[in-house]
Amino acid sequence: MKFSKFLASTALVAGLTLQAHAADVPDDVTLADDQTFTFWLLDAIKSMDPQINTDVEGSDVLRNLFEGLYNEDSDGQLVPGVALDHIVSDDGLTYTFNLRDDARWSNGEPVTANDFVYSWRRLADPATASEYAWYMELMQVENASAVIAGDMAPDELGVRAVDDHTFEVTISTPLPYFPQMLVHASTFPVLESVVAEHGDDWTDAGTLVGNGAYTLTQHTLGERVVMEKNDTYWDSDNTVMTELVALTINDVNQGLTRYLAGELDRVDVPAGQYPRLKAEYPAQASSTPYNCSYIYMLNVGEKGPEALKDARVRQALAYGIDRDIIVERILQGGQRPSYNWTHWAIAGFERPQLEWANMTQPERMERAHELLDEAGYGPDNPLELTLQYNTSEDHKKIAIAVSQMLKPLGVNLTLDNYEWKVHTDRMQSQDFDMARYAWCGDYNEASTYLDLFTSYSGHNSGEFYNVEYDRVMGESKTAENPLPLYQEAEEILGEEMPIIPIYHYANVDMVRDDIRGLPQNNVNQTWYGKDLYRVAD
Amino acid sequence: MLTYILKRIAIAIPTLLVLIVVSYVLMYMAPGGPFTSERELPPQVLANLNAKYGLDQPLWRQIATYVWNIVTDFDFGPSFVYKDRSVNEIIAQGFPITLTYGVLSFLLAVIVGVSLGVAAAVRHNSALDYAAVGVSIGAQVLPNFVMAPILVLVFTLWLGWLPGGGWQGPEYWILPVIALSTSFMASIARITRSSMLEVLTQNHIRTARAKGLPERRIILRHALKPAMLPVISYLGPAFVGMITGSVVVDIYFSTGGIGKAFVDSALNRDYAVMMGVTILMGTLTILFNLIVDILYGWIDPKIRF
Repeated sequence: MKFSKFLASTALVAGLTLQAHAADVPDDVTLADDQTFTFWLLDAIKSMDPQINTDVEGSDVLRNLFEGLYNEDSDGQLVPGVALDHIVSDDGLTYTFNLRDDARWSNGEPVTANDFVYSWRRLADPATASEYAWYMELMQVENASAVIAGDMAPDELGVRAVDDHTFEVTISTPLPYFPQMLVHASTFPVLESVVAEHGDDWTDAGTLVGNGAYTLTQHTLGERVVMEKNDTYWDSDNTVMTELVALTINDVNQGLTRYLAGELDRVDVPAGQYPRLKAEYPAQASSTPYNCSYIYMLNVGEKGPEALKDARVRQALAYGIDRDIIVERILQGGQRPSYNWTHWAIAGFERPQLEWANMTQPERMERAHELLDEAGYGPDNPLELTLQYNTSEDHKKIAIAVSQMLKPLGVNLTLDNYEWKVHTDRMQSQDFDMARYAWCGDYNEASTYLDLFTSYSGHNSGEFYNVEYDRVMGESKTAENPLPLYQEAEEILGEEMPIIPIYHYANVDMVRDDIRGLPQNNVNQTWYGKDLYRVAD
Repeated sequence: MLTYILKRIAIAIPTLLVLIVVSYVLMYMAPGGPFTSERELPPQVLANLNAKYGLDQPLWRQIATYVWNIVTDFDFGPSFVYKDRSVNEIIAQGFPITLTYGVLSFLLAVIVGVSLGVAAAVRHNSALDYAAVGVSIGAQVLPNFVMAPILVLVFTLWLGWLPGGGWQGPEYWILPVIALSTSFMASIARITRSSMLEVLTQNHIRTARAKGLPERRIILRHALKPAMLPVISYLGPAFVGMITGSVVVDIYFSTGGIGKAFVDSALNRDYAVMMGVTILMGTLTILFNLIVDILYGWIDPKIRF
């Protein structure tokens, strides 16, 4: 095998050569005596096992207890983790990672390529029954589907330890963004001997062995998680924050109160409160783009209503909604109105110039009237649809606003509120007309959004099947520059309108002004305790 | 008496069985499952999960296996959602917390509630009576989901005296106990007051007064015991309600108690945790109803089993 193409992208080369790691404390800064960071969790952590975890919040904790091949820096660029760098074969199908030789588990054992082989097989192994097993398929790792289906043994997965510090992955189709996917917590290594010895209890505080910058010292379910600096971590000399504490507070307003009382260093801001907090605490309140998009999914499939099979009706519904009111009057947290699917801040993505995005709202409204009229609907022949959303004050407010906005068009929306599981179940059995939906990207690249509406995606609950769309997305996988294809895909979505874009998320939070090192420009909001430090007043 | 207790225990077993079967079937019928998530799972992954947790078996067999594991090993199975933990572990972590704030709230509610009620009845139509009635009505109309944020606002944010949540030591207990006990306290005070007023008009009290007994002795010795009957019938279920947790207290004070775990298990379709907590609550309810009945017999000798 010949390796000639060194590294996958120029961005990666730049990131890796910088060797940015751990807390980057400028020389003129005086550090505070107490280096503890207390952050907020909305819910109890479901699992501390990287291959079992499914939650964003769980990942926030896991990134401190374990370390994968690559990490992200403050701007979302890849920086070395356990892997120093990698080479890609000419055909783009074989990735060979060069692992650092000073990586250690918290029990002192070295981290080797075999640990990655074991963990990746473990993710796909049916015996593990991981809800994230499909991530191996998403990464296109060779034989992943067959292993998950139980048709092949886990050791036939396309991963191999060439030697202790060389980890090789074979994928079945070239994926330009493959390295970006390695930041995901489900790809983190776990230590086989510990898992084998303790079974499901291996993640208990005191038992858990990780290779991250911190070790788990306490985990009271639904109350708190405490992590302390791990001295065996390869970069522990540069790790400043000595303790990380995560407090579970199930109510976002209560979280804010406790932040204001000084119990937390970072907390999310409840909808509608950002302007007030920004005025009162300008140095603490901030709003940064966050890798999720909020939409109404339309059921265009067989079980969907007749009216929604007409693209003109779907366009009219999308045009009739005034997104500025939603983001400025309801959410008020720096979210942005959306006229397309992919989040605007995704790396390397530029939104295509969609005609309807550039219209004024009165123009859109006028166009909506015309379109509905052509399709045979209007105030005289009202269109009756249901809009379902999962229980949440914000979803409810938005749904009410939308139903009022569409009323002048002769569209009568019946609002249906369901608890989360029922909402999801109804969507997945195509038992809906319009449904609130949000997607958070798994990695910082447009395909994490656009793949969703391919006919083979499995997440396409509205059953939007479009041959042209499938072709464009298929081609993007091997394209030198996929951007024009991504834009084409967005144009198809804008034309066919199987979804109604509403807004792009922002991460709106309060952070103590003496905390440094949180990501400034990373749409995934991926943060690492080892990068943080607290300055003295 | 002993035969009565044995009989009640004998009835408890089929009651619990019915509870298990009905809860299991209801849960099974609810749309969505523990593995329903935003991203629809590939069928093979879902099949692997269902196989791992025995959900691929027919319903009757799932229930039979479940009951069998409880009877033979006292094993309530693994949580379907908190996958690192078994139901036994979740209850073992959460129940002591809930029990602590539950028992403390109960004691506070009973001591303050009964004292307030008796004082109000004895000084009927006095300023003390009106104040007691006023306070208890106030406490009752302030539900704990209003009370809890107010307490945190005042004692944590404004005064800075107490932590606003968590469960690390006695100073963390105070706010949850106050939040949980106030409405119970108010009910107990009102029941005690009206029952006491009734008892105080009865003949045996008049006789006691005629005999020239000191008022203190009349109240504590002759009036309080019969006046407690309606209070006790209220206390049995109230006690179970308090020690099996309050979801409001758990949410607002992040105690890590069992009340939140129970509600979450229903929303998450975490069948195993939901069943475990249901059985725990069912058993405690049966147990405390029995205790209340026994107490009744002790207080009122007219009651015979």
